[in-house]
Amino acid sequence: MIPAAFDYQVADSADAAIAALAEHGDDAKLLAGGHSLIPLMRFRLATPGVVVDIGRISDLSYINDGGDHVAIGAMTTHRALETSELLAVEAPLLRHVAGQVGDPQVRHRGTLGGSLAHGDPASDLPAALLAHGGSVVARSPGGEREIAATDFFTGFLETALGADEIITEIRIPKAAGVGWSYQKFNRRAQDWAIVGAAVMLGDDPKVALVNMGSAPMRHGGVEAGLAGGGGTDAAAVAGDDTDPPEDLNADVEYRKHLARVLVGRGIAEASG
Amino acid sequence: MEVSVTVNGKHRSADVEPRTLLVHFLRDTLGLTGTNVGCDTSSCGACTIHFNGESAKSCTMFAVQADGAEITTIEGLASEAGEMHPMQQAFMDCHGLQCGYCTPGMVMAATSLVAENPGGLDEAGVREGLEGNLCRCTGYHNIVKAVLSVGGAG
Ligand SMILES: Cc1cc2nc3c(=O)[nH]c(=O)nc-3n(C[C@H](O)[C@H](O)[C@H](O)COP(=O)(O)OP(=O)(O)OC[C@H]3O[C@@H](n4cnc5c(N)ncnc54)[C@H](O)[C@@H]3O)c2cc1C
Ligand code: FES
Ligand code: FES
Repeated sequence: MIPAAFDYQVADSADAAIAALAEHGDDAKLLAGGHSLIPLMRFRLATPGVVVDIGRISDLSYINDGGDHVAIGAMTTHRALETSELLAVEAPLLRHVAGQVGDPQVRHRGTLGGSLAHGDPASDLPAALLAHGGSVVARSPGGEREIAATDFFTGFLETALGADEIITEIRIPKAAGVGWSYQKFNRRAQDWAIVGAAVMLGDDPKVALVNMGSAPMRHGGVEAGLAGGGGTDAAAVAGDDTDPPEDLNADVEYRKHLARVLVGRGIAEASG
Repeated sequence: MEVSVTVNGKHRSADVEPRTLLVHFLRDTLGLTGTNVGCDTSSCGACTIHFNGESAKSCTMFAVQADGAEITTIEGLASEAGEMHPMQQAFMDCHGLQCGYCTPGMVMAATSLVAENPGGLDEAGVREGLEGNLCRCTGYHNIVKAVLSVGGAG
């Protein structure tokens, strides 16, 4: 379980990291908390020639009031999210979901930017970003752009990020007082979700599913039902238009069943 | 690459390959074999240390990431005079260990958990807070008892 050899570089600013990516191209990987990348490297499923450590860029770690949204630095740890007083008021779903990731050791190291950039359909935070209707700010040598959550996750472990782009900030529209719920189904403590559902009510209800397709996804059918006043009945279609994986934990039919049950529970809790 | 760290209050430095995992650096380079490797897949918590005061799995970090950091391992908990840390004493008093393999990681995770909860923990809080640590002897009951005896509420 020893990773393949690589060159290690420390980036002391976002711009330094971008310059390193521009120089080394596909051969380089950013290292944030390392809690997705290092496990892959130990199995040699990832063998980058150059690892650019952005873990020391302290000015990418913040949770600020941005007016109509909360602005969160990409290097903010899950732990900082789950203990944030600002998020407790303005984005309680995101705060709660951060506390559901892995275990305390993982949450001390793992970052929001890393989790989103990894784009794992089984991970929790992408669903929270989608349900909040948030966005990701990415910077490259060409400048900065803001990518809506719905455009960000493009496939299995794939995102809209270019090879020379780094996430600098995540923006979450303020959602004080809006009903929300996160339902994570797993069999053992610490495990990843077998299926998960994030629900945000309000004027423009949003429902995101975990592990129900090749990428983190929103469910338009359930959302339309909710917008039409369907309440928990909207959950009946949660298994439709999904393409969940089949593995030791669950087959496709069982995952679809879980999606309906969890979305139903989520809508009920968020409405309560 | 040169790595300089403060481990258990002492300054240590060594030349390592960037791919060296922190747990191997602690065990093989520095000879601090109290930190165990149980799974090598980030699941078991046997390798838990404190990294700048917070619990972390040292099998899921590179030694080079620790350059300039402060690390505490199980060897650093007892006093200079050899008096056990209250958490170590509690594990002994409550029979919180059987084979002892998970114990260094359990104790490091537990001390970090207690430090983060100055208001005190209840049983559910301890069980959830130790979810990243596995005990193959399944002695969880007495482990939880030990942690509650140090960091319990009320
Ligand atoms: C035991 C264990 C249990 C876990 N359980 C869960 C769980 O239940 N739910 C869950 O959601 N996650 C879980 N995780 C994953 C964890 O949340 C990771 O921390 C997270 O997925 C990745 O964040 P990171 O900061 O560690 O990223 P890294 O591993 O450092 O990076 C991940 C990827 O993102 C890229 N990247 C990192 N930062 C940026 C950036 N700013 N801009 C562009 N690209 C970037 C990297 O190059 C890499 O490709 C678990 C991990 C472990 C080890
Ligand atoms: S050896 Fe690190 S978590 Fe098991
Ligand atoms: S005491 Fe044996 S593994 Fe925990």
